[in-house]
Amino acid sequence: MSAKKIIIEPVTRVEGHGKVTILLDEQQQVTQARLHIVEFRGFERFIQGRPYWEIPVLVQRLCGICPVSHHLAAAKAMDGIIGVDQLTPTAEKMRRLMHYGQMFQSHALHFFHLCSPDLLFGFDADVAIRNVVGVARKHPELAVQGVMMRKYGQEIIKATAGKKIHGTGAIPGGINKNLSIAERDELLKDIDQMIEWSRAALKIAKDYTFEHLEELKDFGSFESNHVSLVRKDGAMDLYHGDLRAITADGETIFDHLDYQDYFKYIAEEVRPWSYMKFPFIKSIGPEDGWYRVGPLSRINACDFIDTPEAEEARKEFMAVTDGKPNNLTMAYHWTRMIEELHSAEKIRDLLNDPDLQGTDLVVKGERREESVGLIEAPRGTLFHHYKVDENDQVTMANLIVSTTNNNTPMNLAVEGVARKYLSGTEITEGLLNHVEVAIRAYDPCLSCATHALGKMPLEIELRDAEGELLDRKAR
Amino acid sequence: MADKLKFTIDGVEVQAEHGQTILDAADAAGIYIPRLCAHPDLKPIGSCRICTVVVNGRPQAACVQPAAEGMVVENDTPEMLEHRRNLIDMMFVEGNHFCMFCEKSGNCELQAMAYRFGITAPQYPSQFPDKDVDASHPDVMMDYNRCILCTRCVRASQELDGKNVFQSIGRGFGRKIGVNGRQALGDTDLNVDDRAADPTICPVGCIIKKRVGFEVPIGERKFDHEPIGSEIEKG
Repeated sequence: MSAKKIIIEPVTRVEGHGKVTILLDEQQQVTQARLHIVEFRGFERFIQGRPYWEIPVLVQRLCGICPVSHHLAAAKAMDGIIGVDQLTPTAEKMRRLMHYGQMFQSHALHFFHLCSPDLLFGFDADVAIRNVVGVARKHPELAVQGVMMRKYGQEIIKATAGKKIHGTGAIPGGINKNLSIAERDELLKDIDQMIEWSRAALKIAKDYTFEHLEELKDFGSFESNHVSLVRKDGAMDLYHGDLRAITADGETIFDHLDYQDYFKYIAEEVRPWSYMKFPFIKSIGPEDGWYRVGPLSRINACDFIDTPEAEEARKEFMAVTDGKPNNLTMAYHWTRMIEELHSAEKIRDLLNDPDLQGTDLVVKGERREESVGLIEAPRGTLFHHYKVDENDQVTMANLIVSTTNNNTPMNLAVEGVARKYLSGTEITEGLLNHVEVAIRAYDPCLSCATHALGKMPLEIELRDAEGELLDRKAR
Repeated sequence: MADKLKFTIDGVEVQAEHGQTILDAADAAGIYIPRLCAHPDLKPIGSCRICTVVVNGRPQAACVQPAAEGMVVENDTPEMLEHRRNLIDMMFVEGNHFCMFCEKSGNCELQAMAYRFGITAPQYPSQFPDKDVDASHPDVMMDYNRCILCTRCVRASQELDGKNVFQSIGRGFGRKIGVNGRQALGDTDLNVDDRAADPTICPVGCIIKKRVGFEVPIGERKFDHEPIGSEIEKG
């Protein structure tokens, strides 16, 4: 009997489009799983020739879910292009507020609307119930909280960037507005409620993980390296810091690297079946040098969190693995909610900081030709790298987005789940569901399109080595 | 001869000085006739045709047509609205107008005109023409993707700056704004303080001062709160 190929397409309740192929050997054993990224965006090419000051507004169009991350990563790179290494306190804190607002709304969207159906109803529940509408029917208070938390984050983005989606706040060297007293007071009204709801969401994610710990240990989990930005003192810092990489055991691979030199330590490999590249740590090589990014890696990599409630939650999380890095794929949900609480605490602190009403918004410096901007986006470390010529036009752009960093891990997670849940050559609903749940843990952003309802038709094809269709299943 | 002459716009009686254009008389009376190539500091040329009105049954460009005693002018009618909407639509599809990352957004007269006329998407197929960006000047940049050939820069350079930096060259679909014939902007004597480089001269985001970008936040831009023409209608 010849080798077979199982294709799952499209993958629902992730941001964008993806397709999964599971390759079988002649004994019907899973040999490899591939998450194909079939969309090609071309941003790196078509921003060439554009003026550098336009880039932070232009590149955020990559995404409608976390545009602020691209906006700020590009703005940080353009700070470097105009020779600015230190912003004014008002500018930096406004950008941080924008970023925490973004983190808060994006994590809320993922947890309540995309992932909670899986956690609340179980991976095998009927797809007709296991979606956000089902959550709204059975747990209306949670659905409302999700909407209100997302709205709150969006209001912060509007107050700092001018619009809820695709604003213009960050400009090279600073910011174009401060926070008015009226805007501040409006946001302060609801912050305590947001913190309370974040605590409750964290508890759901934590309790779920504890209750299902044995099952989740085998669910698409594997040991991996972890990469994250950390502050100089080792604290978690989602806006700025140095690069740190650790092994699955917590050993240091590199630490306190200036991210302007990222390309000396991280490279990208191209594979013919995906438009998404495969990044790896150069010193280890492409085979074993891949790593994870995002909430799980950030919590694993940092020494502490500088807000009290999130720090308590981090300690509790790390205690599960005796202080060593946690490598469970499904632990992403728990860590994402630790960050949700951290973001809410940070927003509260910033709203009470009078620097946000300052009027010193922009600084200028000596023009440079090349610069890198990094930020911890909701889904992980985001790299923006640009070269700008003497006419102020961009000549080179390299973007390594968070989901790209998680490319190999997502493939491995799918492979692990397929090995466990595929029996024979029959495609079951259970297999489909589990593969999707594994991918969804990484909150991948496969493009700017969203399919939050989970109602897209799901089609699987079973093909032999010659590409002949053996079986097809759709729902 | 009477001091002032009288005519009507959409049935409203308007007074005009002798020699005054319909557009200027309408402005003075608080009636807005949409326009793009007309600018109060420049001589009118009747190029964009957005200000076309029906005068005694015949279409005329209000920016160049002198007012006359007893004229009957139709301006804000369904027919003229449709006509202007089509012209604006064509300007969008003949260029590459990406408002979402254009720094002129909120201050752009073409965008503001589209909003005033309720245009949310073009009805004609986009032409996606291959246009250049000229960033050779140290302080001013031209993005031809956004040019609507209004020639306000040409007239500002000649009439206000006493220079001849910009010219209209070519014919038909190949028409474009040239700088010193077919040179680059960096080779001209354009100064960043010239009126031709002033952001109020170029109605769109074609001629922009470098390194300004998005300094003005959303909410403080010219058309963020009121549609284009409001300042005239308020009198």
